[in-house]
Amino acid sequence: MLVIEYGDYECPYCAKTDRLLAGVPVRRVFRHFPVVSKHPRARVLAQAVEAASLQGAFWEMHDSLFGDQGHLDDPHLWRRAEQLGLDLERFNRDRRTPEVDERVTRDFRSGVRAGVMTTPTLFVDGRQIAGVPPEALVAQLRAGGSQTP
Amino acid sequence: MIEPGVPAPDFKLRNQDGEEVTPEDLKGQTSLLVFYPLDFSPVCTDQLSIYQELLSDFEARGVKLYGVSVDSAFCHKAFQDKLNLTIPLLADFEPKGETARAFGVYDDDWGTSRRALFLIDPEGILKWSYVSPSVLEIPGANLIFDALESIPA
Repeated sequence: MLVIEYGDYECPYCAKTDRLLAGVPVRRVFRHFPVVSKHPRARVLAQAVEAASLQGAFWEMHDSLFGDQGHLDDPHLWRRAEQLGLDLERFNRDRRTPEVDERVTRDFRSGVRAGVMTTPTLFVDGRQIAGVPPEALVAQLRAGGSQTP
Repeated sequence: MIEPGVPAPDFKLRNQDGEEVTPEDLKGQTSLLVFYPLDFSPVCTDQLSIYQELLSDFEARGVKLYGVSVDSAFCHKAFQDKLNLTIPLLADFEPKGETARAFGVYDDDWGTSRRALFLIDPEGILKWSYVSPSVLEIPGANLIFDALESIPA
């Protein structure tokens, strides 16, 4: 079973969804859907996660940001990168490169093409669920997603 | 709802700065009228903020967007500021919903417009339209891009 999530690190509903999905025994894919007019730091944060990813720490930075959405300024990002044992200089350089920017834009566009209009939006084996997933779905995912309605 | 192929209905609406906008102002460009129920919707990500994010893509296709709701010009201005929107917002305020009615998308139960999209060509002819089955369902920007690709320029 495959769960693709479109989300934004400044969106509280995405953080809630992330907590609900923690530990579910399914394959998870996270794609960036930063909406800057609504969440001014969203793109910067997505790029920080992609920069961490270049040092093998995508999910670590992802968890760090969703774990505490009250500290999302640059100095907080540096501290997080240090805590994850990343090369800080490289992290700071990477998150501003056109390649990382393009990576985030690619995710956003793919979401738009798939009809994403709100965050979070999940695709569970291709089925689109907008907003925080309902309890029944989370329970189903926890059970290993053995049944698809 | 009115169907493509006919001239778009006439309207005279004020934008967020109180300036009048009529179909005459839309001549010479492709325009997308985005009817939506109300400013300050409570969902996490709003329809208009995503369209705002895609504005350069719309511009690259020569399309200019206008939001339309029954809110007043001052309310539109505050909404624009809150979401950092540059998309002009038109006030279908007095008589309330007159333009939404002319386009056939006024919802009497909600007292607002339904969510609907109308693509108008540079000559003022309606080329494509979409109305959401429910007010809660937000039309994806993919529908607009699909429509733009399927309509000859």
